[in-house]
Amino acid sequence: MSVLEIRDLHVSVGEGNDAKEILTGVDLTVRSGETHAIMGPNGSGKSTLAYSIAGHPKYTITGGAVTLDGEDVLAMSVDERARAGLFLAMQYPVEVPGVSVSNFLRTAATAIKGEAPKLRTWVKDVKSEMDLLEMDSAFAERNVNEGFSGGEKKRHEILQMRLLKPAIAILDETDSGLDVDALRVVSEGVNRARSESEIGVLLITHYTRILRYITPDFVHVFVNGRIAEEGGPELAEKLETEGYAAYVKDSRETAKA
Amino acid sequence: MSANDNANTTGLTTESATLAGELFGEGVGAQAGPPSTPAAGTGTAGQAAPGAHSHGGPAPTGSPAERFTSTDPDAFGAPTGREETWRFTPMKRIRPLLDGAPSDAHLQWDTDLPEGVELTSVEADDPLLKGLPEPGDRLAALARQRSGGAAVVRVPAEAQLDRPVTLRLSGTGSEDVVWGQLVIEVGAFARATVVLDHSGLARYAGGVAVLVGDGAHVDLVSVQDWAPGAVHGAQYDAVVGRDASFTQTVVTLGGDLVRLVSNVQYAGPGGTAELFGVYFSDETQHQEHRLWVDHAVPNCTSNVLYKGALQGEGARTVWIGDVRIRPEATGTNTYELNRNLVLTDGARADSVPNLEIETGEIVGAGHASATGRFDDEQLFYLCSRGIDAETARRLVVRGFFADVVQRIGIDELQDRLMRTIETRLGALPGLDEQPVEVA
Repeated sequence: MSVLEIRDLHVSVGEGNDAKEILTGVDLTVRSGETHAIMGPNGSGKSTLAYSIAGHPKYTITGGAVTLDGEDVLAMSVDERARAGLFLAMQYPVEVPGVSVSNFLRTAATAIKGEAPKLRTWVKDVKSEMDLLEMDSAFAERNVNEGFSGGEKKRHEILQMRLLKPAIAILDETDSGLDVDALRVVSEGVNRARSESEIGVLLITHYTRILRYITPDFVHVFVNGRIAEEGGPELAEKLETEGYAAYVKDSRETAKA
Repeated sequence: MSANDNANTTGLTTESATLAGELFGEGVGAQAGPPSTPAAGTGTAGQAAPGAHSHGGPAPTGSPAERFTSTDPDAFGAPTGREETWRFTPMKRIRPLLDGAPSDAHLQWDTDLPEGVELTSVEADDPLLKGLPEPGDRLAALARQRSGGAAVVRVPAEAQLDRPVTLRLSGTGSEDVVWGQLVIEVGAFARATVVLDHSGLARYAGGVAVLVGDGAHVDLVSVQDWAPGAVHGAQYDAVVGRDASFTQTVVTLGGDLVRLVSNVQYAGPGGTAELFGVYFSDETQHQEHRLWVDHAVPNCTSNVLYKGALQGEGARTVWIGDVRIRPEATGTNTYELNRNLVLTDGARADSVPNLEIETGEIVGAGHASATGRFDDEQLFYLCSRGIDAETARRLVVRGFFADVVQRIGIDELQDRLMRTIETRLGALPGLDEQPVEVA
């Protein structure tokens, strides 16, 4: 049982006079077994939240706290956060030339588990999960994300999530740029993780489309760097029909006042 | 800046600035970037001695000057180090190859010739040598002249070799300059891989000319795994036949100074040339790779990828990538990329891509160059999977090299090269102390 707690999180990018506050006080708790959807318009700070939790050096934490089971996540290095049980499926995974997928996965699994996984079971695990994600086996010999299509990159992200078995997974716009088939395959991967384990999921998305495949327990509307409204799955349906206009307008008026 | 700026250099699709900015932290890569003087010896016929002549006919205004070439070493004058061609080269260390005496010194040859491949030699007056592309600098002209002939590797037309042709060339430690000329002649529609594997201690000026017959596929691999102290200068020429394909992979690891000039010309339309390179310069090593791809016929392709890493005080690399697309070379598709990874302070990488486009009717033309420390987005990605920063950096550097080495296609050689590289990386102190900077 794990709990990711985010308290009054303030984050900015840039330095000195160029510093710009992106997150303006985020409060959120994600527990094992829960799936939270964070929805919001472009530029609202959704991805900043994801990358800040993962520890990307571009973002400066200016206030607040993030803990995982009471441990101070913000004090950890990027790799320590992953070993503590956090996982970030990235929207734009980078290419790592010359490093094969199989080498990368095994190195990561070794780091997370603290010892090299037994070769036989490991190979079997990788293969069966790749089959389920409808990935060709030749994929393992390709270089990490190099020349991958949008769909292949996202499948590869979910493959990593399945193999590394994090306590809490943050999926940053994993649905963006996917065709219907890929969206289904990727969603099924997430749902397998949810049914087989007590994984907590923070699903960041711009569209409601993926929520037809992955039903969230909680929906949070993210506007101007903070959560503007919270509710259950019905909130997503409301956003589907009404969009973000009301929230964006609200916040503008608040800003003026 | 006296501008790159050859007024005819047009239509650059340069990505240098963007890439460097995106991939590397602020303040790195300052040593690279655009040249402050014209890139490469494109317009330098004027440096030649009086009476020198240019090839390729008249040079009308509006076109870059032709490169000066000659088989007469003295036609180039005595290089001082101020010439465009030599300005990056440590003249004191290259000097033996610029005025060394004729000698009988040789490299020790150990050859593996598949069935059907002939190794022979020709005299200096052989018509074969007269037909080769001419030397483009004094060093190359001396090598041509003083080698007094050439060793010739012949692969007959339509041959399909069952294994690579391997020439292991070892220096024997002689102070005398070894002058050499090698011609690799591959007949039409043949498919051949040729490996030149240099090692040992030598002062070696060796020309290599590859004649790729129509429709032939030739892979040339040149490994410079010299012992410390070795000096190696050479001009590599490839003449790519109609619809032929030529791939050259240069791996420069050892030696005190290695300076390779690789030229490509196309004898007919439809040719493809791929020029790959990796280099790894340690303390005080100078590694210079100069490329010149001359697109003068239609529908040819060139693709250049050179990657280098530097570590230690005085490590120095130079990469010059010149591509010219002449007016008649319609349908050309060319791209060149140079990446330099600076692992420690005190190392310097120069990277100068230069593209001259004289026709708009091309498929594509571009280049990119970036020099810097680690790519922090790659490190973040690996670390976010639980991999510690030190391991992540080693993975990235190893991958940086493997990206090119794995294109060789000879497992045994690839494994050996990667082992050599890993050993040298292992000796790198403080790889874990590299700062992580994000733009």
